[in-house]
Amino acid sequence: MSRIARQHSAHLPPKTRATNFKEVVCGYTETEAVAEAGRCIQCKEPLCITGCPVRINIKGFIHLITKKDYKGAYETVTEANLFPSICGRVCPQERQCEAACVLGKKREPVSIGLLERFVGDTARQSGRHQTHEIVSTGTRAAVVGSGPAGLACAYDLAKAGVSVIVYEALHMPGGVLTYGIPEFRLPKEIVRSEIDNLKRLGVVIKTNSVIGRLHTIEDLMGRLSFDVVFIGTGAGYPSTLNVSGASLNGVMSANEFLTRVNLMHGNDFPRYATPVGAGKNIAVIGCGNTAIDSARTALRLSPDNVYIVYRRTLEESPARKEEIRHAMEEGVQFLFRTETKEIIADNEGWVIGMNCRSKDEAAAPDFLLNVDTVIYALGTMANPLIARTTPGLKTDKAGYIETEDLMTSIPGVFAGGDITRTKGTFTTVIHAMSTGRRAAAGMLKYLESRRQT
Amino acid sequence: MLALKCRVNVIIVTAMFEIIRVENFSPSTFLWEVIAPEIAQAARPGQFVIVRSDERSERIPLTIADFNTDEGTITLVIQAAGKSTDQMRAYRVGDSILDIVGPLGEPSEIENFGTVIVVGGGLGVAPVYPILRALKLHGCNTISIIGFRTKSLVFWEGRFRDYSDETIIVTDDGSYGQMGLVTQPLKEILAARHVDRVIAVGPLVMMRAAAETTRPFGVRTIVSINAIMVDGTGMCGSCRVNLAGEIKFACIDGPDMDGHLVNFDELIIRQRRFVKYEKQSIEMCKNRCQE
Repeated sequence: MSRIARQHSAHLPPKTRATNFKEVVCGYTETEAVAEAGRCIQCKEPLCITGCPVRINIKGFIHLITKKDYKGAYETVTEANLFPSICGRVCPQERQCEAACVLGKKREPVSIGLLERFVGDTARQSGRHQTHEIVSTGTRAAVVGSGPAGLACAYDLAKAGVSVIVYEALHMPGGVLTYGIPEFRLPKEIVRSEIDNLKRLGVVIKTNSVIGRLHTIEDLMGRLSFDVVFIGTGAGYPSTLNVSGASLNGVMSANEFLTRVNLMHGNDFPRYATPVGAGKNIAVIGCGNTAIDSARTALRLSPDNVYIVYRRTLEESPARKEEIRHAMEEGVQFLFRTETKEIIADNEGWVIGMNCRSKDEAAAPDFLLNVDTVIYALGTMANPLIARTTPGLKTDKAGYIETEDLMTSIPGVFAGGDITRTKGTFTTVIHAMSTGRRAAAGMLKYLESRRQT
Repeated sequence: MLALKCRVNVIIVTAMFEIIRVENFSPSTFLWEVIAPEIAQAARPGQFVIVRSDERSERIPLTIADFNTDEGTITLVIQAAGKSTDQMRAYRVGDSILDIVGPLGEPSEIENFGTVIVVGGGLGVAPVYPILRALKLHGCNTISIIGFRTKSLVFWEGRFRDYSDETIIVTDDGSYGQMGLVTQPLKEILAARHVDRVIAVGPLVMMRAAAETTRPFGVRTIVSINAIMVDGTGMCGSCRVNLAGEIKFACIDGPDMDGHLVNFDELIIRQRRFVKYEKQSIEMCKNRCQE
């Protein structure tokens, strides 16, 4: 049964894609999807499901693909996850479901990610969406932040009959899916369409609403009479670059760079009024997923050179190996084991280069990298806004919200996603969604217990 | 105020913000009063909003120049300096703004400090006004020094007189009030009597000069940093300010900051980051704006 080789999806050729923002991975055709689904041996006790943070019935939906019952497959996936087109694209399946797939022990695992994406994309193309019979419970929830955690939480609450308002600080919903992950990896049309499915369930999304300023958490629980609140504001605060020259013109955080392109369409300047401010020779410091996204985005602005400058080795990079491979194919130049010592500028404060030190014995130890733009992607920290404006909300020293079963120190106020921190977990879209779902379960339990007393 | 946009049979309810008053101070500076009841309700002196006037505009941070809880309006004073702000000049009463997010930033510290000098320079005169009003209502003895380039640019003199025990107006060319810069009367007053606090809002060079004037007197001086921002919620770091060696974000740690600790030289350089793009953008716009 599993004699067929793993089906590979078509990719845009590196030379072509490096000049545009079109999606790199084309996704399965129907024939490929059915063939790939046929490789699944339908284990009695499927390990893949235990590898999935939101526990999608993977075995079940793959079986339905082999039967060409795509509607059934979509319904099976969306029992656990309303966003298959998003997760199928951005989840690190190679260390989750696919890492657990038994086929992977001897040959290649089933390509679960691409199958999930196929299910989501097929549903969207055929205009199919989740229809749930919703029985209103008369309770109200406020969800703060419309990133992956908030969206997943809102979905489970809405399904259970809670009336949900999602507050988003930016002018577009989606959080990191919108401002962070680039178009060529996750087309914004897909984010919009999957969020529309949430709205079909009656969820209201209020953009331009910064909680902590426009309304406080106290206001939500008091004046605005929500029964429960979920905080999913993420860890969007960029870590600072601690080298001399970090304030120079031409130095920016990956968050700023990606937001200028993804949210503000800076790549289409001056048709869109927001400039990106990137030059012709661009260095990205760091080698996580955000660094790779930044480098590949930078490449698409047609510069002369894009470098990744990373103080460790390729093997130590936390980024998805597939994305590093994509970046290399497209022409990003990698400088491993290279430390940034100092950024230097001309008389007017513009970056003209970066002094680096290589730990590679074969290379010259100190060298000047000629760049006019430096983007730093050194990780992010908890956004302090909610903690600062919510008396009684317990956080750890670094500002992450402390929770017990995802409820914060304030009764009825829950939190999830990157603003909470669980040791040993990756800060991924799907991890955030999983905490959002678990928080929703906790919120429903909390509402139930309050109803009984 | 509510506009319904229909896309793929999903109704998105977007709050639009209607302009109910436009006032022109000069060919390049103007005032908008906008209906924004939730923001007006939450706003405190010293806070700002971010405006994105249409689908293709930038997100522009603007300090709230006034807010009226009863009417549900906020007032913004704008200087046309780049493409987006330039296009904002074309808006008339009855037009609507696509996005306004706010209030943002920490409110100014308001209490009875004793004697306070409020300094406003150019367009900074507008955002310093609600701070002055709040300080007066909290019992401060208030002295206002407001500076303009020339007589024709003077605005809100009456408003300042209403909430100031003394009001000093200066113009660069002496066409109205005293001739010179705001720092001259500031220095004279500090030399003559005890002052508990100075609040200075205006262009970076003016705030730097004000902070340098007060430094020898050891008077606590608060400035309001209007830096280049994208999100305004602490995410992009574009508005970073070097505060005595420590990095702070104007959007969530400010905009008010201790003027004696701010590294103005660095900020002034950073403020020029997009100048070349602005020119390109405006040129482009003149040639083929509404393609």
